[in-house]
Amino acid sequence: MFANIARVLAQSSNKCLPLIRAKHSLPDLPYDFNALEPVISAEIMQVHHQKHHATYVNNLNVAEEKLFEAKQRGSVSDQIALTSALKFNGGGHINHSIFWTILCQNGSSEPGGELAEAIKRDFGSYQRMVDLLVATSTGIQGSGWGWLGYNKQLNRLEIAACANQDPLQATTGLHPLFGIDVWEHAYYLQYKNARPDYVKSIFKIANWRKVEELFGKARHD
Amino acid sequence: GHLNHSIFWHNLSPYGGGEPSGALAELIKRDFGSFENFNTYMATTTVAIQGSGWGWLGYNKTTKSLNIAACGNQDPLEPTTGLVPLLGIDVWEHAYYIQYKNVRADYVKNIWNIVNWKDVSQRF
Repeated sequence: MFANIARVLAQSSNKCLPLIRAKHSLPDLPYDFNALEPVISAEIMQVHHQKHHATYVNNLNVAEEKLFEAKQRGSVSDQIALTSALKFNGGGHINHSIFWTILCQNGSSEPGGELAEAIKRDFGSYQRMVDLLVATSTGIQGSGWGWLGYNKQLNRLEIAACANQDPLQATTGLHPLFGIDVWEHAYYLQYKNARPDYVKSIFKIANWRKVEELFGKARHD
Repeated sequence: GHLNHSIFWHNLSPYGGGEPSGALAELIKRDFGSFENFNTYMATTTVAIQGSGWGWLGYNKTTKSLNIAACGNQDPLEPTTGLVPLLGIDVWEHAYYIQYKNVRADYVKNIWNIVNWKDVSQRF
């Protein structure tokens, strides 16, 4: 909404200075909080979306505002001091925005199309890819995300782990396709310390149609 | 993880809370200005940890002073920083999530009510 206002104001003024800088906003979930049960409880979805993701969005906006001010003041030091907050909150916003879309109520059992072919070529089989992603995600020390990503330079799929909210593409260059949030807040209320159970179960709600779409975009854009 | 939690269980007590006394109290006053300042500084540092980790009150043997430090994940304080661990606050989500959910700040605020200053002083 703010981006539209900024555009209108910019177009209507010779000086082209948007009076309102576009702010990030919390994207709606594409489904109800209870849609992913029994794999992920409604309680987790509500807190995860309305508290955790919302906080990343708010803090990203604050950090970007401070960055703008620091730049105006010409303070390199202050800009650098903000990089940690930008990565953490920006990464959190990016990661969760992807996450909600790659999950769905009735996950299709396996990917199809070009993605299925690429998985077979790069991992041997869908099951091998799943085993590798499960092991990688489960094995992350502390907080982080396990990813199936696309290496555009080498034209191949790869599994990667990122710590904390480090965003996959900015950190590794891989295009994010399917990610698993293994921060304890993503599963603890329901699974407690049994992270492997959560990680294995998440494939029941994988939105492979969306992942195929992301793969198509990454390959052909 | 083993080192950290072994300290943690003793840092806490159902009869804890209040403030330290004796030599530890004096050094807190010297190095932080007041117990309140120390409290605020340690709480702020601990809550701000990105991801999983621990906030620590540690003793710097070289400078003979108290330091606040944050460690990521289960990085143990002494091997990582050289500081001797006195009081640690676990801010991995598993330490508070079932009760406090995302509100880490409330957990860190309340934990002072169960800090076992006798144990902390002994370590000091």
